[in-house]
Amino acid sequence: MTASSKPASLFEPALLKQATLDSLRKLHPRDVARNPVMFVVWAGSLLTTVLVVRDLITPGPAATPVWFTVAVTLWLWFTVLFANFAEAVAEGRGKAQASSLRKMRKDTLARRLVDGREERVPAPNLRKDDLVVCEAGDLIPGDGEVVEGIASVDESAITGESAPVIRESGGDRSSVTGGTKVLSDRIVVRITADPGESFLDRMIGLVEGAARQKTPNELALHILLVGLTVVFLLACVTLVPLALYSGVKLSGTAVVALLVCLIPTTIGGLLSAIGIAGMDRLLRKNVLAMSGRAVEAAGDVDTLLLDKTGTITLGNRMATELLPLPGVRMEDLAEASQLASLADETPEGRSIVVLVKDTYKMRPRELQAHQATFVPFTAQTRMSGCDLVDPHPRGIRKGAVDAVIKHVEAQGGAVPPALRETAARIGDAGGTPLAVADGARVLGIIHLKDVVKGGIKERFERFRAMGIRTVMITGDNPRTAAAIAREAGVDDFLAEATPEAKMELIRTEQAKGKLVAMTGDGTNDAPALAQADVGVAMNTGTQAAKEAGNMVDLDSNPTKLLEVVEVGKQLLMTRGTLTTFSIANDVAKYFAILPALFMGVFPEIAPLNLMGLTSPYSAILSAVIFNALIIIALIPLALRGVRYRPLGAAALLRRSLLLYGVGGVLVPFIGIKAIDVLLTAAGLA
Amino acid sequence: MTLLGWLQILLFFALVLAVTKPLGLYLFHVFEGPTQPLPKVLGPVERVLLKLCGVDPKREQTWVQYTLSLLAFSLFSVLLVYLLQRLQHVLPLNPQGFAAVGPELAFNTAVSFTTNTNWQAYGGESSLSYLTQMAGLAWQNFVSAAAGVCVAVALARGFTRRPGPEGQKTLGNFWVDLVRGTLYVLLPICTVYALFLVSQGVLQNLAPYRELTTLEGVKQTLAMGPVASQEAIKMLGTNGGGFFNANSAHPFENPTPLTNLVQLFSIFAIPAALTYTYGKMARDTKQGWALFAAMSVLFFAGVAAAYAAESQANPAVAAAQVAQAGNMEGKEARFGISASALFATVTTDASCGAVNSMHDSFTALGGLVPLVNIQLGEVIFGGVGAGLYGMLVMVVLAVFIAGLMVGRTPEYLGKKIEAKEMKLSMLYVLIFPLVILGLGAVAAVIPQGVSSLNNAGPHGLSEILYAYSSGTGNNGSAFAGLNANTPFWNISLGLAMLAGRFLMIIPVLAIAGSMVGKKTVAPGPGTFPTNGALFTGLLVSVVVIVGALTFFPALSLGPLVEHFLGQAGKVF
Repeated sequence: MTASSKPASLFEPALLKQATLDSLRKLHPRDVARNPVMFVVWAGSLLTTVLVVRDLITPGPAATPVWFTVAVTLWLWFTVLFANFAEAVAEGRGKAQASSLRKMRKDTLARRLVDGREERVPAPNLRKDDLVVCEAGDLIPGDGEVVEGIASVDESAITGESAPVIRESGGDRSSVTGGTKVLSDRIVVRITADPGESFLDRMIGLVEGAARQKTPNELALHILLVGLTVVFLLACVTLVPLALYSGVKLSGTAVVALLVCLIPTTIGGLLSAIGIAGMDRLLRKNVLAMSGRAVEAAGDVDTLLLDKTGTITLGNRMATELLPLPGVRMEDLAEASQLASLADETPEGRSIVVLVKDTYKMRPRELQAHQATFVPFTAQTRMSGCDLVDPHPRGIRKGAVDAVIKHVEAQGGAVPPALRETAARIGDAGGTPLAVADGARVLGIIHLKDVVKGGIKERFERFRAMGIRTVMITGDNPRTAAAIAREAGVDDFLAEATPEAKMELIRTEQAKGKLVAMTGDGTNDAPALAQADVGVAMNTGTQAAKEAGNMVDLDSNPTKLLEVVEVGKQLLMTRGTLTTFSIANDVAKYFAILPALFMGVFPEIAPLNLMGLTSPYSAILSAVIFNALIIIALIPLALRGVRYRPLGAAALLRRSLLLYGVGGVLVPFIGIKAIDVLLTAAGLA
Repeated sequence: MTLLGWLQILLFFALVLAVTKPLGLYLFHVFEGPTQPLPKVLGPVERVLLKLCGVDPKREQTWVQYTLSLLAFSLFSVLLVYLLQRLQHVLPLNPQGFAAVGPELAFNTAVSFTTNTNWQAYGGESSLSYLTQMAGLAWQNFVSAAAGVCVAVALARGFTRRPGPEGQKTLGNFWVDLVRGTLYVLLPICTVYALFLVSQGVLQNLAPYRELTTLEGVKQTLAMGPVASQEAIKMLGTNGGGFFNANSAHPFENPTPLTNLVQLFSIFAIPAALTYTYGKMARDTKQGWALFAAMSVLFFAGVAAAYAAESQANPAVAAAQVAQAGNMEGKEARFGISASALFATVTTDASCGAVNSMHDSFTALGGLVPLVNIQLGEVIFGGVGAGLYGMLVMVVLAVFIAGLMVGRTPEYLGKKIEAKEMKLSMLYVLIFPLVILGLGAVAAVIPQGVSSLNNAGPHGLSEILYAYSSGTGNNGSAFAGLNANTPFWNISLGLAMLAGRFLMIIPVLAIAGSMVGKKTVAPGPGTFPTNGALFTGLLVSVVVIVGALTFFPALSLGPLVEHFLGQAGKVF
């Protein structure tokens, strides 16, 4: 992908400049009102600003010194600005990522077919079901489906993969993405999305704060935060008459300061940034999500359905062993295997050549020297090999065991029982046996094996630790499937899988209350993708598959599902930790502000001033400053997300509670004291 | 503090611990079992009662129906008790010939006993007839307690029922639960309990009051009445409304150390047992024990603080060169400091409100403990039923706040906690600050509020806060020192009690209704564990933080300031 500037620095100067401007723009009440917690801060700032103005116009024996009101007011505004800034930075990063994708589809002129005649229209004017023509050299103007023709397409702009891919009408390779380039031939594409509704457009919507819809969990968290804000609003507002009873006249500034410090501004200010950053992280992994809900669901996934091929195994079977029949020399089998495979360009064929060369030290020979003719694989013979003339005519074949047996018996050869025994043994172990014959004589068996990807077992172990069950889906027979499942360390497998069986499996899991994630690309995957809670469609897949799923992986890499789950978990964890931290912070703020409020009338309560803050003014100001700065300090954490650890829930919880719960109680004690020391040193106390 | 004092506290707790499992199992059988205990004896009674009321026991109710049944029943109860008081002068069993109770006071008392608060703005022995006491108050002691258990059981069903494929919408039948709770649990235990109390010297008669001449030659009137029968349910149902004004400090209500221990024990018995019942319903008794553990931690913190504070000498008395073994003001000499501090803690942990000493006379910090206990939501074992459902709302909050940290959207017992449950939980949480702080702030500045105070300064503020906390928390104990029998206080406290009961029960039942239909996922290593020590710790922190953060500012102007001023020699 062009935008593979993946580990972009958190704070690029250009981004910061834009974000600073945006944070000022977001002071508009319409924007602030979207976030009730910050709206309270905004209203409080406005109130203290009015108090400042009042004190300036009618200078008199004010209850509180003007410098104090001014300082608190400034820091309250900073609190709002910092929260806006966090959102703006997250947005900026997401937009930068998305716009590099979007840029490609502007400026294109599409060749729209109307009643058989072509006309040139700008790509953004295309509507759903328009037909457009693309020829070699053209950029495809929008997401769509090939309805006519076949072409090779360069999709490197989206996937980063430089090799061109074939796109043709009908079948599973009919889908094309806007912004990719046709390299050869001519196709007619039916546009499948109205402007603003393509996957990419939706994704851009998800990283833009103003247009973003809250996800379900975000909404629930918001309700908690608003509830807490109302509780503190009640506590602070009622404190005024209660204090009046006690003979304490509280200043408006002090009450607003107390309120702002108590309401959960830290998480309230960072919540939307966390959500946007989660989408952005997904985008950086080249995954487009249809909705924020899907990303949250990814964190909740209990069961992962993983296609064997490409996800768990390397996708191709590899030769791992040669097994000569009794009475056959290993060299003969190795030579025959090599000869039968030299011209075989399939991955299996190549792996045989490599095996012979590496293990049996037999260098490949030139086929021409033997005047050999290559016999390619066909569905009828289910064998391949070569016919040699020199030194004497020989027909060497390799292929499915029963096909080779038929071939040998047809030439009058005998098949020793050891062949079937060996073949069955390999089959039991999950491998594929290939028989090798030289003329009417069977030489032995090549053991082909699915090779499990390196590191995948460890990865599944991490998921198991988190309580996620992995299920391998394969078309193999149960014996083969079981062997690979064992080797890869998946929890379960579905062998001889049909689309119906897959669908049934998803339904059964969901009936148990589990959330299921899967990947798919074919049209026959579409129902299952739609049924799954998280359905990641491959970008190379059909339009039907893409529309059924709720995410699209531009790289078409099925392993990506694992990363999607991790992004989802990280998103939820970041919210949880910052909420806990924010609420735990309040303890220290109470001990800073409350003694300060009442010390004037009740000097006896000095022992409550645990931190030994210099004066009531410096105490309140320090708490307000801490409250604002902690937002800035936590922006990197909100954007990067807390580090994801593959631990069980209990261990994870213990760790997080210690770090963010206990830490959340202690940190502000230290922070507020430090700010107070600085203020005192600066003579502002 | 003395070793003996602590041994009393530990003995009490050991008794509670011992009864939790057997009584919890019994409750489980009563509410969830296929057959109820004693089917031959009580079964027919239950069937006849339900038949008389036209209730089909097999017909379960949705949360709305359940709530409406409870509200209708409560409205009927308020009217009944109100009318009994207003008409007692023309009704029988009034040997002292008490006049009708005034309208504000009658409203306050009717609400008070319907909401399981038992705030008493009246003096029982000087204003209520035996009929009012028995048919009005004692009756309400039974059914308001049973109604509390109904709500807890309904919420527990909401969390623990596993819906079938067509979904589950019902929470049980309120009328069935009400009858079973009363018939199988409260009545049999109270029968035995009352007999025990009589054996210890508690009164039980319908005789007119007796005039006696004391040794000093003074004429004294001794109040009589059916005390034991009312005393038993007063404690077991965490009601707390004493037959006499002096409540459990009165020797005819609580004559011996043994009755004192049994009274304390009977406050916690059902609330503690319900945690086990809950675990049993959740098919994982550790879930129940985790709640029990959280409650126990908070209980010990409270009792230790109260006992320590009351063991301190009163600085003002010390200044007068009087030897003291702690603060004995307002305490019965026969109970002493330990049993008084324990009683004050237990009665406010639960929403009981019975007292055996005067909380108003506690040291500032000693008086802070009961106040904080109530403000934490009375979830430390709590009222019968109310403690469990209150704690479960705290569980929902704890699971939501910290649950995200395990990287899954929050879930409890395999059911997702979503925006709707959050909304309802926050509504529940809001009632306390809204009513206590709101009404407290009003009372602190208007003459109708302040004129009832006996003490000025921070102690007066504590009295106001305590009154509204006690009313809203449906506790019913009084800080005293406040003349609550005025129209302003009767009406505002009546409203506080109604809000604290019904405005909190409605969201609780709505949560139950929302949870009951949710799909359940079996717990795995990736799910948030809610049955271990870690969760207990988290739950304790959430209870403390939610409660403390809300009320800390107000408390700092009341008991906290008073404490520091007292240290400096200023008294009120």
